[in-house]
Amino acid sequence: MAEHRRVEAAEHPGTLVHLPELSPAEDTHDPRRGDVDEWGRSEHMREVARRAYGPLYRSWFRAEWEGLEHIPRDGGALLVANHAAALPSDAPVIMHGIEEELERPVYGLGDHMFKQLPVVGTLWSRLGGVVAHPDNAYRLLREQEQLLLVFPEGNKGPAKHYSERYRLRRFGRGGFVQIAMRAGVPVIPIAVVGAEESMPTLFNVPGLARLLGTPYVPVTLNQLLLGPVLGLVTYLPAKFKLRVLPPVHFDVPPDRPRYSKSRIMDEAEVIRQQIQEALYDMLRHRQSVWFG
Amino acid sequence: MGRRVLVTGLGTFWGGRVAQALEADPDVDVIVGLDREEPKVPLERTEFVRADESYSILARIVAAARIDTVLHTFLVVDSTAMSSRHMHETNVIGTMNLLAAAGAAGSTVRNVVVKSSTLVYGSAPEDPVWFSEETPRSRPASTRVEKSLLEVEGYLRDFAVDNPHVVVTLLRFSNVLGPHITTALSRALETPAVPYVFGFDPRFQFVEEGDVIRSILFVMRNSIPGIYNVAGDGLLPWSEVVAICGGKPMVPLPPYFTPVALAPLRRLGLLDLPLELLELLRFGRGVDNRRLKGAGFRYEHTSAGTVERFWQSVRLRRTVGQSEPGFVFERDVENFFRHSPAVVRESEDA
Repeated sequence: MAEHRRVEAAEHPGTLVHLPELSPAEDTHDPRRGDVDEWGRSEHMREVARRAYGPLYRSWFRAEWEGLEHIPRDGGALLVANHAAALPSDAPVIMHGIEEELERPVYGLGDHMFKQLPVVGTLWSRLGGVVAHPDNAYRLLREQEQLLLVFPEGNKGPAKHYSERYRLRRFGRGGFVQIAMRAGVPVIPIAVVGAEESMPTLFNVPGLARLLGTPYVPVTLNQLLLGPVLGLVTYLPAKFKLRVLPPVHFDVPPDRPRYSKSRIMDEAEVIRQQIQEALYDMLRHRQSVWFG
Repeated sequence: MGRRVLVTGLGTFWGGRVAQALEADPDVDVIVGLDREEPKVPLERTEFVRADESYSILARIVAAARIDTVLHTFLVVDSTAMSSRHMHETNVIGTMNLLAAAGAAGSTVRNVVVKSSTLVYGSAPEDPVWFSEETPRSRPASTRVEKSLLEVEGYLRDFAVDNPHVVVTLLRFSNVLGPHITTALSRALETPAVPYVFGFDPRFQFVEEGDVIRSILFVMRNSIPGIYNVAGDGLLPWSEVVAICGGKPMVPLPPYFTPVALAPLRRLGLLDLPLELLELLRFGRGVDNRRLKGAGFRYEHTSAGTVERFWQSVRLRRTVGQSEPGFVFERDVENFFRHSPAVVRESEDA
């Protein structure tokens, strides 16, 4: 062919291959009908959910934020928060609050367990849930510059007994720090007060959890008060307070295949400490669980 | 000097189409097509050899015709097409013999292109949204077709290591739709009520059949080594796929024990959804197509565009019937046109 040019094959540096001249990128016809994006999120569904969740957010949890100015208006950032309540109430509060206040979408990383459940899995993904896989996080943060929420405690946070409330569990294996380093984005710690009291766990039933294949099966105060079914979906009206801490920048070059493991563990521990201390500080000033 | 190409599975959909496309390429001197069955599309200058893919025959053909390029399009990726034993013979044993012949002492083969499938990534809840060529699958393969394709890719990797002078290209195609091809998925979309797994609406990715052919020829002509995903841009939910395909009613399948529930329907011949497709109907799959684009390939269709094109051709077929008459291969006639001195050939004229 006449219009050959020599370029280096991207995946095989050093080996030169002949490639045809690239035609100017023309838009291929794309007859999409819905608004479900590659992550499974639908802005329309989010909008419906925000409208339905608004009254709960304002009148039931009466969420109050401080330090929202620490969350950037554009560019990627990894939001890291403490995780609590048997059926965690913190994720919807954080996502709803930031989307309303900053008018930019928040995606939430979660366990693939959600995706396995019929109906629930589909709703979870339409409302911004994304399976916690490093590739997903990298693409969202680095290439698409989105806000991404993650709970490094995983299900160890919600699984803990009420008597251990506001005591942070291990922050995984520091994977969230590594993701932020690789994506070149800051970590923004968020301390949440109120979730623990919205659905306190009184007992865990490990035998039943093994049988059902779920990470934990709790018996909550809500279930004792309202019955097993209604108690599973009704939160107690605990007052929510959220404090956004200043962004943590790592000052390392992005896109490296590996980062110092000790540096990762140190940074993860520092962030965990910051959230823990913010929680203690907020609890010191809290006069009532229900009124703040 | 032009290419001398061996195409496997000439009697299959892909083998026939690839050979047709090669015939239009003046840089290709010789096309030899191999299959146990006769070609189902008209071919001008492709030499058809009826043979099974045993090692001794393959090695003799490669040596005798001085084959320099092997296009291995004969991998079965639709497990409803044949029995699992037959599929194992075709995929695993066929590839093993082919690669052994291509790597024999004194072999003239310098280019091997293999048409595999994104089935090798599987479909599981813990999957990333986009698989890159290096992302490992999340769970071990459980279906026969996936196991056989993984074995094939293993042989190919060994072949590439043992034969560094050969340019080896592995193409992994996502689900194909198009005006002509019939797959388990296209059949499901053409039923009056399209099945879905209750509570799931996974995202699908498609590649158009023309893009498949063009990508095979693209990597062959440019001798591009490596592994490449081939799939259209974008993912779309199954419900949207069905909406584009005429917005038909959808019938729910039970989310648990689905294969057991489907067994009676399969017996009755009403619905044949293989296991790997049932998984796909729960968790979907996306593959990153940027590496092949980076090498210079341009897709003509996106995932949604592929579905639309497929459905337009179904509408046309329903109105005017099968537009192309079926081709019947007649050996004596074909031999006359290719080899009889009575036929005046243009190349000799010039």
